[in-house]
Amino acid sequence: MTDQTAPAAKQPTQRTLQIRASLRRRHLSEQIFRIMGIIAICAALGFVALLFTDVLRKGIPAFHQATLHLDITFDPEIIGVDPAPVQIAGQSAADFNAAQLAWQRNVAMLNWNNVITAAMTEAAPEGFEIDSRALLAIPETNARHVVREAFVADPSLLGQTHRFDLLASANVDNWVKGNIDRSLDDSRQQLPADTRGLVDILVENGTITQDFAWGLFTNVDSRAAPASAGLAGAFMGSLYMMLVVIVLAVPIGVASAIYLEEFAPKSRLTDLIEVNINNLAAVPSIVFGLLGAAVFINFFGLPRSAPLVGGLVLTLMTLPTIIIATRAALQAVSPALRQAALGLGASKTQMVFHHVLPVTFPSILTATIIGVAQALGETAPLLLIGMNAFVASIPGSPVDQATALPVQIFLWQGNENRNFFEARTSAAIMVLLGLMILLNAVAIFLRTRLERRA
Amino acid sequence: MVCRVTGRPTSWLAMFANEFRKGHSMKTALYASAAVLALAAFGTTAAYAQSRDTIQIAGSSTVLPFASIVAEEFGAVFPEFKTPVVGSGGSSGGLKQFCEGIGETFIDIANSSRPIKDSEREACAAAGVSDIREIQFGFDGIVFATSSDKADFALTPLHVYKAIAAQVPVDGVMVDNPYTNWSEIDAALPDQPIMLAIPGSNHGTREVFQEKVVSAGCEAAELPEGHAEDACSTLRQDVVVEIAGDYTETLARLTANPDTVGVFGLSFYDQNRDTLKVATVDGVTPSLETIAAGEYPVSRPLFFYVKGEHIGVIPGIEEYVQFFLSDVMTGNGGTLEAAGLIPQPAEKTAEVLSAFTGM
Repeated sequence: MTDQTAPAAKQPTQRTLQIRASLRRRHLSEQIFRIMGIIAICAALGFVALLFTDVLRKGIPAFHQATLHLDITFDPEIIGVDPAPVQIAGQSAADFNAAQLAWQRNVAMLNWNNVITAAMTEAAPEGFEIDSRALLAIPETNARHVVREAFVADPSLLGQTHRFDLLASANVDNWVKGNIDRSLDDSRQQLPADTRGLVDILVENGTITQDFAWGLFTNVDSRAAPASAGLAGAFMGSLYMMLVVIVLAVPIGVASAIYLEEFAPKSRLTDLIEVNINNLAAVPSIVFGLLGAAVFINFFGLPRSAPLVGGLVLTLMTLPTIIIATRAALQAVSPALRQAALGLGASKTQMVFHHVLPVTFPSILTATIIGVAQALGETAPLLLIGMNAFVASIPGSPVDQATALPVQIFLWQGNENRNFFEARTSAAIMVLLGLMILLNAVAIFLRTRLERRA
Repeated sequence: MVCRVTGRPTSWLAMFANEFRKGHSMKTALYASAAVLALAAFGTTAAYAQSRDTIQIAGSSTVLPFASIVAEEFGAVFPEFKTPVVGSGGSSGGLKQFCEGIGETFIDIANSSRPIKDSEREACAAAGVSDIREIQFGFDGIVFATSSDKADFALTPLHVYKAIAAQVPVDGVMVDNPYTNWSEIDAALPDQPIMLAIPGSNHGTREVFQEKVVSAGCEAAELPEGHAEDACSTLRQDVVVEIAGDYTETLARLTANPDTVGVFGLSFYDQNRDTLKVATVDGVTPSLETIAAGEYPVSRPLFFYVKGEHIGVIPGIEEYVQFFLSDVMTGNGGTLEAAGLIPQPAEKTAEVLSAFTGM
């Protein structure tokens, strides 16, 4: 080769020149394409990195929260209440329950803030003058409920002193973390000057520390006590919805895919159905929300804001994904497998369920998990079926009112207390992202494991 | 029940996979999916067969924080009732849901930052909702605020009208609004381009803004004879941004364009005093005191509407209303005052309460 081209190199012919020029062009265009590809990837990675650093930077501080360690005395002089009712022999359960409820009501009507004020005064350094209103700005407003519930659970606490770990209020948390500019003058600060002074002292002597914010995971959303707002309610809501999605979307989706792919006659009708399923996959999710509000809530009379309805709506959204993925998996099975099964006398059903489906199982599983992960992050349709309501209790069943994780992010993002909830929102995003990554990791793990076996 | 079957979906699926491989899979698969479907159907219908025992509330985003706080405290104080669920959707959205009918799927209480309209009462009546009980529980102020690093604004309704009306009178003739800078309207105002973020028409706040600011300014502007009927309510679109979402969105506008003047609820401003600076209206600074005293002009009463037909059907409605109007919540020094509500006189509360229970 080189021998032949060597003399030609000395006196390049017209044709060689042409080829060289075109080669240079081709190499150049390849170079350009590669550079553009690298730029595209760098840009994409850059945006992801930007997003993640922003979320992490804002969110990580929210996992620690200013916590107040207080010795609270259940002073009988402040807590003037009858002893808790004891079930007397012969008293019916209903009567006892009524007496218990009446007692609890009486306990709830007490001003528990007095107990907390007393404990706070105790904790403040000797001679620190501060009025009780400024003092009560330090613990979160739910502190009195925490103390009261401890008392209701154990009435024998009366007269004793017990150490409580109470959350400090959102404004104190902002102040301690420096989320609010410390140099702003009094009129622009949320906390009175006395309170800020006392908080600084309490931080110094260790009464206020930055503890891990378990409340973020164990508490429900709260507006009365923003510092105690947590994700437990939203998490359960999301969990119920995902259960509904798995229970409905997987059997229906897989069954329809198998029927359409293996059994259905190829006709105009099945073509039409196929086209429609593909179109459904592209329908914006908010449309499913409208549909859910009109059909499930208004027509079938299912409850508003319930994970059941949310799950049904998300099922509709996930179904096309599962059907399309399952069909693709079935199509990928080699015809030899089918023919061998049929050749050995298997019926069509046996062929599908004994031979084809087990091979496709890993792909179906992956499709399901990815579909569920997608549904987990969906927000828009849930807003239309009332799942953006403020729910302050953990749902006990799929028909109880609830909200969902992504909706909780949306709600926190809109909270008035920006300084506090900006961090909380980012923390919630991190929790949601963590769940997504977990789900996808499970999908990958199962796929590789099952594929190796099959 | 549903939980037990699918409690650990992955292990269940793995079991499913094993079954497939063993060979007698078809029947197992069919039975399993049939059983799961039946359980799901059973579980949901059985759970829903009992009647709803949670109060459902929807409506104004201004009332939402107050109602949420009351709902939470209500759940804590009354162990026998569930914590009410509070949704948003704006005053109009809430009243629309409220008027859709009677029964468990319809909400019990609508929050509103304006009184109910006659047209809404008619819609309610058409759906069978005729026992509508109005509860007025306090006041809220509407404030104009700018980014805290901007100059002070001392506005009057006339200034705002001149800034945002589509047509304004100049030398006795209506012309297209010529102003682009606040200082052109009044030399005392800062030299800052006009840009205003106001609540969208789904908000009750918008009506109060229209009535107490724009219409008042329009009157003060002394329009020439024979002007168009809607001259007071037609706004120019180039400098007015209508916010359909909540105040956080308005705040985001201010961050994006620091020249914007935003319209907020007093309680929202109060929570964000570190980033916002409030404007005076007619020389009065908005605060709990000036609004309670009636000095600050742009304030409005807040309401919620109770569906009388649901009292006694959904447990706890009566107690919720009484708790809402109790001194601990809406009274002077109550929990809601700390959250930015301006309490109404105790006599008014007593009057509202007796009208509610006396019916």
